[in-house]
Amino acid sequence: MSAPILSVRDLVTHFFTRAGVLKAVDGVSFDLQTGEILGVVGESGSGKSVTGYSLLGLVDPPGRIVSGSIKLAGQELVGLPQSELRELRGRRLAMVFQDPMTTLNPVLSIGTQIKLAIDAHERVSGKAARARAMDVLTRVGIPDAGSRLDAYPHQFSGGMRQRVAIAVALLNRPDVIVADEPTTALDVSIQAQILAEVKMIVRDLGTALIWISHDLAVVSAIASRVLVMYAGRVVEHGPTAAVLRAPRHPYTQGLLNSLPARAAPGEELAQIPGQPPSLAALPVGCAFSPRCPRADAVCKEAPSMTAVGLRGWRCHHPLEGHA
Amino acid sequence: MMSRDSPAARFWAEFQDNRIAVAALAVIIAVAVMAIFAPLITPQDPYDIGRLVLGDARRPPGHLGSGGYVHWLGTDAQGRDLLSAILYGLRISVMVGVAAGAIAFVVGAVMGATAAFVGGRVEALIMRFVDLQLSFPPILLALVLSAILGQGRIQLIIALVTAQYAYFARTAHGAAATERAKDYVEAALSTPLPTRTVLFRHILPNCLPPLIVVATVQVANSIALEATLSFLGLGLPVTEPSLGMLIANGFQYMFSGRYWISIYPGVALIILIVAINLVGDQIRDQLNPRLKR
Amino acid sequence: MLGFLIQRLMQAVVVMIAIAALVFVGVFAVGNPIDVLISPDVTQQIRLDTIARYGLDKPLWEQFVGFLSRLVHGDFGRSFVFNMPVLELILSRLPATLELTLAAVLGATLLGVPLGMYAGYRPDSPVSRLLMGLSVLGFSVPTFWIGLVLILTFAVWLGVLPAGGRGDTVTVFGVEWSFLTLNGLQHLLLPAVNLSLFKLAMMMRLARAGTREIIMTDTVKFARASGQSEWTILRRHVLRLISIPIVTVFGLEFGSTLAFAVVTETIFSWPGVGKLIIESIQSLDRPVMVAYLMLVAFLFIIINFLIDIAYAALDPRLRARQ
Repeated sequence: MSAPILSVRDLVTHFFTRAGVLKAVDGVSFDLQTGEILGVVGESGSGKSVTGYSLLGLVDPPGRIVSGSIKLAGQELVGLPQSELRELRGRRLAMVFQDPMTTLNPVLSIGTQIKLAIDAHERVSGKAARARAMDVLTRVGIPDAGSRLDAYPHQFSGGMRQRVAIAVALLNRPDVIVADEPTTALDVSIQAQILAEVKMIVRDLGTALIWISHDLAVVSAIASRVLVMYAGRVVEHGPTAAVLRAPRHPYTQGLLNSLPARAAPGEELAQIPGQPPSLAALPVGCAFSPRCPRADAVCKEAPSMTAVGLRGWRCHHPLEGHA
Repeated sequence: MMSRDSPAARFWAEFQDNRIAVAALAVIIAVAVMAIFAPLITPQDPYDIGRLVLGDARRPPGHLGSGGYVHWLGTDAQGRDLLSAILYGLRISVMVGVAAGAIAFVVGAVMGATAAFVGGRVEALIMRFVDLQLSFPPILLALVLSAILGQGRIQLIIALVTAQYAYFARTAHGAAATERAKDYVEAALSTPLPTRTVLFRHILPNCLPPLIVVATVQVANSIALEATLSFLGLGLPVTEPSLGMLIANGFQYMFSGRYWISIYPGVALIILIVAINLVGDQIRDQLNPRLKR
Repeated sequence: MLGFLIQRLMQAVVVMIAIAALVFVGVFAVGNPIDVLISPDVTQQIRLDTIARYGLDKPLWEQFVGFLSRLVHGDFGRSFVFNMPVLELILSRLPATLELTLAAVLGATLLGVPLGMYAGYRPDSPVSRLLMGLSVLGFSVPTFWIGLVLILTFAVWLGVLPAGGRGDTVTVFGVEWSFLTLNGLQHLLLPAVNLSLFKLAMMMRLARAGTREIIMTDTVKFARASGQSEWTILRRHVLRLISIPIVTVFGLEFGSTLAFAVVTETIFSWPGVGKLIIESIQSLDRPVMVAYLMLVAFLFIIINFLIDIAYAALDPRLRARQ
C-alpha cells in the first residue's frame, strides 16, 4: 500500500458566531489513496461539506480550521499562507459544488470562465486556451464544444452546466477532486449518467475523488470506500459494500432503513427519531445517543474509533456485523 | 444565549448590538420629544412676529437679549432666538417628514399591493404609471408641484407625498407579487376566506419588512427635501420658518462672519437626518435575508 | 437584439407623446393657456394676435395637433423675462449644466465604486467603517448645506477657490465648455464636488452591498477553488456582477443629479438650466417652466432608453428573454 495522496488527522473546524461556537467539524481523520473514490455520507449539519471546504482552505469567516492536519502528498496544508494555497487550488486540489447555476458566473461566457481558471496557473495564449477548453469539455461529454465556448450558463441545461464545472475541476489534472453533492440538484436520469462518466474519467486520469452526499444510494454507486459522518465526527468508515451490507453503527443502520427502497410497498417509511443536534450545543458523550435505540449510561462518555481491519466505528454498542 | 424567541424580541436584541444605531435611535427620540414640547420649553415663540425685537437681531451666541434670557445660539436677522427657532423648525421638519412619509406609505403600499393582487391590465397600467414617475427625480416633482400649488403646509405635504409614493408602490408591488406567487397564498385563496382577509392578514404582513426600510429612508428624504425646498424659497411661508429657511436667510451673513445663523440650524437638520438614516441602515441590514450567514 | 431596441424606442416615443398630452391637458385644457403664452401685462392687440396664432379659440383636439407640431419644430414659446424663444434659452444654458453634472457623476462613480468594493471586501477594517460612516453623511446631509460649508471653508476662510460663477470657456463644436481652461476648472471644482457627494455616497454603499453579497456566493468560492487570485475575482467576477445594478442606478441618478443641479447652481451662481428654472419660478416665467418640465421629461426618457440598452449589453440573460 503506497502512501495516501491525502491524509487528514483530527481536523477541527469551528464557526465563531454571535450565537455561540458551532463545532461543524470536530475531529475528523481519514486517508485517501491515489485514484480512490471516497464517499462521505451524512445529513445536513453533519459537517461533510465543511470538511470539504476545509480541505481546500475555503472556509469563510466566522469559521476557521482550529486544529488538525491535512497532508497532500506529504505537504501540510493547515497553516499554509493563502498565496501558497492558491497555487495548489485548481492545480492539485479541485472542487465541484452542488448547484451549477450559482457556481458558474451568469454574465461570463463558458469560454471566458474556463480561460480564467487556466490563467490562474499559467499564461497561455487565447488560442491555446480555447484549444484546452474544447479538449476538456469534450472529455466531460459536451458535444460540439467549439461553439459552446461562447455560450452563457443559462443557455445550458442543469446537467451540462455541472459537466462544465467538472471540466473546470479537471483542467489541470489535480490529484484530488472534492465533489460536494454535485448531482443532488439534477434529475435522476442525468444523475446516473454523470455518476458513470465521472467514475470513468477519474479512473482514466488517476485522480482521487471525494464524493460528498446525503444520498446513500448515490454513494454506493460510485464510492469504493465510505465515511459516515454525524454531528461533525466520523461515526463509521470502511469499504462501501461491507458497510452497507452490515453496518456496525446504529446511525448507519438508521440511514439504510430510511431509504425508500428498503420499505415494502404500503409500509411507512422508517425514520430515525428525533433531530440532529445543534452544532452549538452538542450532547455530552456520543452525539447520537439521544436518538439511539441502543443508548445507555455508558454512552455519556464519548466513544473512540474502534478499528478492525479496513473498517472502523465509533460506538459503545455496535451492531453485530454479520454478513 | 436563547432569549424569548418572539421575532420582535430577537430583532431588538440584534439591534442593540450596534451601539451606533442605538445612539441614533436615542437621538431621534430626544429630538421628537423636544419637538413636540417645543412650545413649552422654548423661551420665545419665533412665529409671533409682534414679539420680535429688531434690536436683538444678529447677536452672537451667549448674548443676553432684551427679553431677559440668554440666546444660547444667538439670534437671526429678524431678532428670533435661534435656539427657539431651531426647535420649532425641528418640529416642522419632524411633522412634515413623518406625515408625508406616512401618507406616501399608505397610498403607495395600497396601490402597489392592489396592483399585484389584481393583476392583468390594471396592474400593468398602474405599474407603468409608477415606473414613469420613478424615473423623475423627486426633487424636480416636488419643486414643480410646490411652484404650482403655492406655499403652505398642506401643499407642501401634497408635493412631498406625490414625489415619494412611487417608491412605496414599487416596493409593495414587488413584495406582494412575490408573495402572491407563493403556495400558501394559493392555499389560503382556495379556502372560504374572503380575498380581503387573505390580502390583509397574510400578504401585507409579509410585505412589511421591505416597506419599513423604504419608510425610514423616505422620512429622512422628506425632511431633507422639505429643507431644500424651503431653502429655495418654496414650501412654507416666511412666517413659519423651517430649518431650510433659517439656513437660507442666514446664507448672506456667512461672508461677514455671522456664521451661526446658518450653521446651527444646519447642524440640527443634519443630526436629525443622519440619525434617521443610521437607524434605517441597521433595520435594513437586519431585515436583509441575503446577508444572513 | 435589434427587435429589442426598436421595441424600446417605440415605447419611448409613446411615452413622450403621453407626457406632451399630459402637459397639454394641464396647460391648455385645465389652466388658462393665455397665462402660459403671454405675460399678463401686454396690450389687448398682442393678446388677440396670440389667440389667433395659437388657435386658442379652436377645438381642443385641433389645438393639441398644433401643440404637437410646434413641439416637433422646437417652438416652446417665448420667455416673458428674457424675451427670446424658450428652446434657445434653455439650450444656451444646457452645456453649463451638462458639464457640471457629468463632472459630478463621473467623479462619483470613478471614486465611489472602487472605494465601495474595498469596503465590501473588507467590511470590518477601520478604513471601511470610516468610509461607511462618511457615506451616511454624504447621503443624509442636504446638498445645499454641504455647498454652504464648502463655500465657507474654501472661499471665505481659506480663500483658495472662487465662491461662484463659471470660469473662462473655450468653444468646441460651437458650444462653450469651461473645463478646458484652468480658470474654468477652478470654478468647476467646488460645485462639482458638492453635486457629486450624494452620488458618491450612494455608489459606495451600492458597491459595498453588492460586493459583500457576491463575495459569499458559490461563484466566488468556485473561482477561488480553481486557484484564481483575489484580484482577478474582484476584477473579473465581482465588478462585472455589480456593474448591472450600478449602471441602472447610475442612469437613474444621472437624471436625479441633473435635477439636483438646481440647488448647486443656485448656491454657486452657476449659469445653468437649474438656476434658470428657479429664477423662472420666482419670476413666474411660465413658458420656461412648462418647457423645462417637458424637456426634462424627454431627457429622462432618453436616459432610460440608454440604460435599457446598457442593461441588455451587460446581462446576457436579458437578451435571451426577448
